[in-house]
Amino acid sequence: MVEGGRRSRTSGRGIRTEGTSAERVVAARAVTQPAPVTVAEGVLDPSDGRIEVRKTYKLYIGGQFPRSESGRSYVVAAADGRPLANAVRASRKDLRDAVRAARAAFPGWAGRTAMNRGQILYRIAELMEGRRDQFAAEVAAAEGVSEARARHLVARAIDRWVWYAGWADKISQVLGAANPVAAPYFNFTIPEPSGVVGIVAPETSSLLGLVSRLAPVLVGGNTTVVLASERRPLPAVTLTEVLATSDLPGGVVNVLTGYRQELVPVLAAHLDVDGLDLWGAPDDLRREAERLAAENVKRLAQRPLRQREDRFDWLDDGATERPEWIAAFLEMKTVWHPFGV
Amino acid sequence: MSSSTEPRALTRAGGAVGASWGLGEGQAIPWEYAPSREARDIVAIRERYGLVIDGREVPAADGGTFVDLDPATEEPLAVVARATKADVDRAVRAARRAQRRRWGNLPGRERAKYLFRIARILQERSRELAVLETLDTGKPIKESRDVDIPLVAAHFWYYAGWADKLEYAFPGRVARPLGVAGQIIPWNFPLLMLAWKIAPALAAGNTVVLKPASTTPLSALRFAEICREADLPPGVVNIVPGPGEIGSYLAAHPGIDKVAFTGSTAVGRQIGQLVAGTDKALTLELGGKAANIIFEDAALDQAVEGIVNGIYFNQGEVCCAGSRLLVQESVVDVVIEKLKDRLATLRVGDPLDKNTDVGAINSRAQLEKIEELVASGVAEGAEIYQPACQLPERGYFFRPTLFTNVAQSHRIAREEIFGPVLSVLTFRTPDEAIEKANNTEYGLSAGIWTEKGSRILEMARRLRAGVVWANTYNKFDPTSPFGGYKESGFGREGGLHGLLAYVRLEDR
Repeated sequence: MVEGGRRSRTSGRGIRTEGTSAERVVAARAVTQPAPVTVAEGVLDPSDGRIEVRKTYKLYIGGQFPRSESGRSYVVAAADGRPLANAVRASRKDLRDAVRAARAAFPGWAGRTAMNRGQILYRIAELMEGRRDQFAAEVAAAEGVSEARARHLVARAIDRWVWYAGWADKISQVLGAANPVAAPYFNFTIPEPSGVVGIVAPETSSLLGLVSRLAPVLVGGNTTVVLASERRPLPAVTLTEVLATSDLPGGVVNVLTGYRQELVPVLAAHLDVDGLDLWGAPDDLRREAERLAAENVKRLAQRPLRQREDRFDWLDDGATERPEWIAAFLEMKTVWHPFGV
Repeated sequence: MSSSTEPRALTRAGGAVGASWGLGEGQAIPWEYAPSREARDIVAIRERYGLVIDGREVPAADGGTFVDLDPATEEPLAVVARATKADVDRAVRAARRAQRRRWGNLPGRERAKYLFRIARILQERSRELAVLETLDTGKPIKESRDVDIPLVAAHFWYYAGWADKLEYAFPGRVARPLGVAGQIIPWNFPLLMLAWKIAPALAAGNTVVLKPASTTPLSALRFAEICREADLPPGVVNIVPGPGEIGSYLAAHPGIDKVAFTGSTAVGRQIGQLVAGTDKALTLELGGKAANIIFEDAALDQAVEGIVNGIYFNQGEVCCAGSRLLVQESVVDVVIEKLKDRLATLRVGDPLDKNTDVGAINSRAQLEKIEELVASGVAEGAEIYQPACQLPERGYFFRPTLFTNVAQSHRIAREEIFGPVLSVLTFRTPDEAIEKANNTEYGLSAGIWTEKGSRILEMARRLRAGVVWANTYNKFDPTSPFGGYKESGFGREGGLHGLLAYVRLEDR
């Protein structure tokens, strides 16, 4: 394992176990075992004496669920320090594969009718609704919040999909225009998606933060490569299972888990990425990423510098539900044509 | 296929085009035009100009100056103060003071009246400004008179009306000014680029520090005079002419809230790096390599006029110039024939002559860049055509140039030349046209020429470019957003979208 690239605040938690990966899995699961009921009532039920079937948390690239080509993983711990699972530690190659998948999916997704995109986003909300318990359990474990709060966060994440879904066929009417030019021409302006957008998802808000950043980028017709929260990636991985079954074409959303110090610079420097949402990047990494992003004039969205990521209130609809977040990755196209007979 | 695409178009029935003059390829028109020179005495140019900081004209902190040339004669026009870093510091402080104490607190309707006033003075002094702009840039007087200056006034007029209507511009939100804007503009449309930057900034309640290009500072300094004439409060508009390093220093300045840059993609990258890791708002309007696509069913004579306007307007020193001509294979011969005929009639020379179509290149450096790229086109195997027009003995002039047999890999088909040089490529199907048009890292503009409406809309949809001109080219208007996709930049200038680049939206 490469230690050098990691931030001290994650590597300093002492949750990493030593030994081979097989030993680490055993160690991780042994600790997880005692308290399944509290994290997922009704999902993990030890009372019938059945051995549960556990989930392998994988990447989501091009509509598939590969492991990293690098074969690497890292241990994900709950907020209280218990190891929860091994997450894939994506490599630079995985990231490049994800960008390729996003690029391939872009014409199809951008070419969907606005109403169709809206329906697919709404479908994501529908499917999340049916998995509320599972999401709540994972969010509670990842973020160390009460079960009630976790349920609330999940509900709002679902509602956020609905809010943005409704924008799909309205954003053009709000941001577009017919312009009264001072000459005999018909002139109109319409928004179009920027292309492939990299999203560094919020580190602290594992699900609601991620959905709040992802939904506006998607509804505009962009395809995405998402770096899930590094320490709390499991809800994002479960979200990919929803995405995979929600009529969202493969490649429109690609989700990687792994180390940000390793992946963000590669994402920021990638010349086939058109835009970058750096909300979840710490300030030092953000500066480096923005410098790299200038190479091919990437569009940027970011958290204000004074705004501490871990203090941001993702439940504040006014701050998180904004057409500006859709507009951040839209291009305005203006078309002229003369009047005449 | 419509009748206009038949080969018989080549026979030129009626004899109204070039062949009837009996000209061979590359021959000039066999008659002289009488000179028709615009009077220069309408504009008084002083020997020396200072910087404009806090409403006063001041020398540079170190007393430094540079000589501003007339590119058509290579004669000096004026000696201009060269801003230093200390001057930029002073200008930023003045702009901050003016924003906090005066401009930012002024009710929108009062800001509007100042901007309307400026628009009116620009109209009143339009001929003077046109002559000044032509002297400093080398662009033909008919362009500065009929395009640049009317658009400059129109931009101030348009944004003046927004100043007291911001609550209607962004429904449900409160639009606050960003603060101080640092603005860096190029030399191809000096006063127009100033208007694109300053009008929306001021309308929204910002103050500005503007750095004009070092070869074209005079119209910006004249604009500062107009601001005084309009009694604009001191410090609202500050002008700091100087070299590129001063632009970089301004962009990196911690005292500004917004950077707006128009210029090359290479410099745009550097600006992006300078702004990285800050909370500054940024808009970039960068280079282009636009495709102008001619379908076989197009009205070819109109298309040829559009092609000429697309690439030879302003000597091709236009970021959105239609520098890559994509012609459907079935009509390529007739289009090139017509183009060559039309090129033979272009008048190249004295920018102040009202009959001049193509003026002077803005600087020796730019002329050398054009020459170098044209030489690369020849070396890479493209076929060059230039009409045999007489060029003035002095000044930076370049013949309108046409390249055929151009491959997509040639430098002249990939790099922004920023000169009167057209590269002709061909296509067979609409898909191929789209593929070639989008095969560039740029995405500023594009042109489509066809009589078929559904094809226009389909092509416009698939072209990755911020401005698409259908059956026209190089049209601009203050209500019409302008700006690029991909490496041609981000953010828009003009229209409501241009206003958005100068406000911070807050919850009600």
